[in-house]
Amino acid sequence: MSQTTSTLPREVAGRAVREHRPARSVNALGRGSGLALGTSLIWFSLLVLIPLAAVVVQATNGGWSGFWHTLTNPQTLAALKLTVGESLLVTALNVVMGTTIAWVLVRERFPGAAILDVVIDLPFALPTIVAGLVLLLLYGPRSPLGIDVANARPAVFLALAFVTLPFVVRTTQPVLEELDRDVEEAASSLGASALTTFRRVILPSLVPAVAAGAALSFARAISEYGSLVLLSGNRPFNTEVASVRIIGYIEGDNLAAASVIASVLLVVALVVIVVLDLIQRRVSRRG
Amino acid sequence: MTSKHAVTPHQGRRRGLALAAGVTAALAALTGCGATSDAASSSNTINLVAYSTPQTAFKSIEAAFEKTSGGKDVSFKESYGPSGDQSRAVAGGLKADFVNFSLESDVTRLVDGGQVAADWNAGPDKGIVADSVVVIVVRKGNPKHIEGWDDLVKPGIQIVTPNPASSGGARWNTLAAYGHVLAQGGTEDQAKDYLTKFFQHAVSLPGSARDALTSFTGGNGDALISYENEAILARQNDQDVDYIVPDQTLLIETPAAVTKDATPAAKKFLDFLYTPEAQKDFVKSGYRPVVDGVTADVEGANDPSNPFPTPAKLLTIEGDFGGWPAAQKKFFDDGAIVPTIQEATGKTQ
Repeated sequence: MSQTTSTLPREVAGRAVREHRPARSVNALGRGSGLALGTSLIWFSLLVLIPLAAVVVQATNGGWSGFWHTLTNPQTLAALKLTVGESLLVTALNVVMGTTIAWVLVRERFPGAAILDVVIDLPFALPTIVAGLVLLLLYGPRSPLGIDVANARPAVFLALAFVTLPFVVRTTQPVLEELDRDVEEAASSLGASALTTFRRVILPSLVPAVAAGAALSFARAISEYGSLVLLSGNRPFNTEVASVRIIGYIEGDNLAAASVIASVLLVVALVVIVVLDLIQRRVSRRG
Repeated sequence: MTSKHAVTPHQGRRRGLALAAGVTAALAALTGCGATSDAASSSNTINLVAYSTPQTAFKSIEAAFEKTSGGKDVSFKESYGPSGDQSRAVAGGLKADFVNFSLESDVTRLVDGGQVAADWNAGPDKGIVADSVVVIVVRKGNPKHIEGWDDLVKPGIQIVTPNPASSGGARWNTLAAYGHVLAQGGTEDQAKDYLTKFFQHAVSLPGSARDALTSFTGGNGDALISYENEAILARQNDQDVDYIVPDQTLLIETPAAVTKDATPAAKKFLDFLYTPEAQKDFVKSGYRPVVDGVTADVEGANDPSNPFPTPAKLLTIEGDFGGWPAAQKKFFDDGAIVPTIQEATGKTQ
């Protein structure tokens, strides 16, 4: 994903050529970059690897039977299904809407574009519980818009869509900005239809960024809690998401069960991220 | 991430060296932090860790305590948050001299962890510093004419109550709903039936008592199950709500304790909480006093001059449910009454 900026197409109507990092930079790995690598690894381990490992270890505390018991609890299962299902839906929506918004922001000139560009990040900036409150006031029983989705399934979707909106927009935008329009013009002057140009020129450069955004958006969605709790009502089998189950287990001092669900979410996130990466590679290679 | 590196032995060694340097630097930074953090605490500091509601009460109690001989030159370091989270934080190492939670089991956790002495509730007050009762909060003017528990399960009534699974404090509410049937002479089966209907009418089960209040004032539901002091606080903060003290309800008892290695000042502070002066501050923020003869006008109460009406039947956790450990086991553990009912009602909706 770090390569999003280095995958710009270099040939018209040809294959998108990945700019491989020149081998020289590897050979020249000096003390400075070695130190950077070491520090990054330690920092990453302290912040991410060790805590995640602790979660997984904690999950095994209840043994295999404890693990199985937690997972086969129908209420937990329903919560996991809901969480993963809605997260996938929201991610699919983000892929379409996020790319569209990024496109509009980069390619179209319209009044208020600059404001919109700033406002996109608001869902990041708001504390999630505030986001939840705003959503409740806008789409709850007292909705000034006449839309009441409180305590029903759509509430989960709406809250997730709200907090994950910026991801795809923000990963796609810089790539679109860097995209050379001459390349598109050259493609069409060589007889490529708009569709072909999109499919073979634009899409291959865009896909890695979209996939990166989709992965972030999915990972955020399956772990969301704050923005959901007010609007969704947390009703078991209905609108209760996995993170609410986790908090329930923690409150009941059942850390092992809480970690089991957390580990399942980790694995699901990992699988989705890997799948997205595979899709991304296929599409950008095919061009 | 995809570029392949060919690493020569020479580079490998150099990278290893740099890595080692990085490790050393990080470790130095970590140990450096560890060495200095203890110096900050002094014998005159009370680290107060509490759940969020009594914050206003503590503010004035602390001011009053600092004027007493025992509270001279004492300073407070406060931390407020959801009761269970605060308890787990202390169990996990958060420094605390004095703790106040909404539920006994949050103190029991610290007894199990060795931070609080096992005899913390051996005194005459049983470690309880303030009381409240479970009430039904309704919209201003009570448009749905809700007068008691049975009105909650009438057709079309929507209940908001914090989720007993994720909110320790919500367990008071659930036991009150269950217990009111017993208080009227009903059987356990009838109580379970009622609780089933209760959860069928629960449209929203927010994570904590505070979230539930926010959800209710945000427009969710017709009735909110809450504590009397929370309802009074909401009215003091100009929320458009009324509240009803049901004829049969449960006494809420909030415990406080000092930790084993608490400063002497913290112990004096705990004693001070039982003075009429401190109790009066609890009363003003809506709590029922645990000491006789404490009266004050309570702004926000239904009747400020007689703020705490005695319900016809007041259940207690000790007298009617056999204490928290027994109640926890019977009602809230995995597979117990409440999770089972929640599961059953969730499936049918």
